[in-house]
Amino acid sequence: MKSIADIKAIRDKMQSQIVLRDNQDAEQEIRIVVGMATCGISAGARPVFNALVDEVAARNLHNVKVTRSGCLGMCKLEPIVEVHIPGEDPVTYVLVNPEKAKNIVANHIVNGNICKDYLITNN
Amino acid sequence: MRELALNILDITENSVKAKASLVTVLVQARNNTLTIRIEDDGCGMDAEFLARVTDPFTTTRTTRKVGMGIPLFKMAAEMTGGTFDIRSEKGKGTTVEATFVLDSIDRAPLGDLADTVVTLLGDDKGTEFVFDIRVDGEKFVFDTRELKKELDGVSVTEPEVLLFVRDMINENIKSIGGEKL
Repeated sequence: MKSIADIKAIRDKMQSQIVLRDNQDAEQEIRIVVGMATCGISAGARPVFNALVDEVAARNLHNVKVTRSGCLGMCKLEPIVEVHIPGEDPVTYVLVNPEKAKNIVANHIVNGNICKDYLITNN
Repeated sequence: MRELALNILDITENSVKAKASLVTVLVQARNNTLTIRIEDDGCGMDAEFLARVTDPFTTTRTTRKVGMGIPLFKMAAEMTGGTFDIRSEKGKGTTVEATFVLDSIDRAPLGDLADTVVTLLGDDKGTEFVFDIRVDGEKFVFDTRELKKELDGVSVTEPEVLLFVRDMINENIKSIGGEKL
């Protein structure tokens, strides 16, 4: 069974990478923001957040940070995910689920194609 | 809310917003009672706000006039025949405690506590957490301060660290018989 002490192996591996990363410009960091107020949580924001963490880890995307925010005022469109890429307009995805979250990482963050199907529409 | 672990995430978010430096979450199953207590040292509330905080039409947010987090948690406890209590002092902190009748048919499952912890740690806003989980005589305590000490400067928000934490919590909860909650 794992205990906190077992983190040492991961720590040692990360420490060598961090030196490299600190030399990169912090402003190059991509942020993925998940609405995590009561409305978001009850609509399924937590599995979305965890799916994003899984996908970012699986793809070794060291310049991507997954963060939380409060309520954006569009509760019926939760879970809401915002993608902030430096130098580009932020993109807001609505009614996100874990599968869509993984597609957002693959298509938008990795390949640069916005997932147009997940944006707010007139319907 | 389908899981009590989601209520825990929701209520601890309030502690983070209250700029707490330490949040202690106790989950204790004993006899036929499940106790969930969330204690923080954040900014607290004055008596006037505290008196109306369980009212769904009380909120601090500005985008809407409803605040459902505390009322939903209270309802989840009381519908099992359990209790709900919130105490707060301005400048000192807030304690929310709910008890649930374990075998009540209306009790929501505890759910995925590891995912809740990962969500809280994934965006480190400077708040430390202690999760103290007790099932009958068994106990598992996870303290983010101990984790950060072992990490020695590596950020707790690194996805690889978060995946480790998720596995570790799941294994430990299972070993004390917590998955049946």
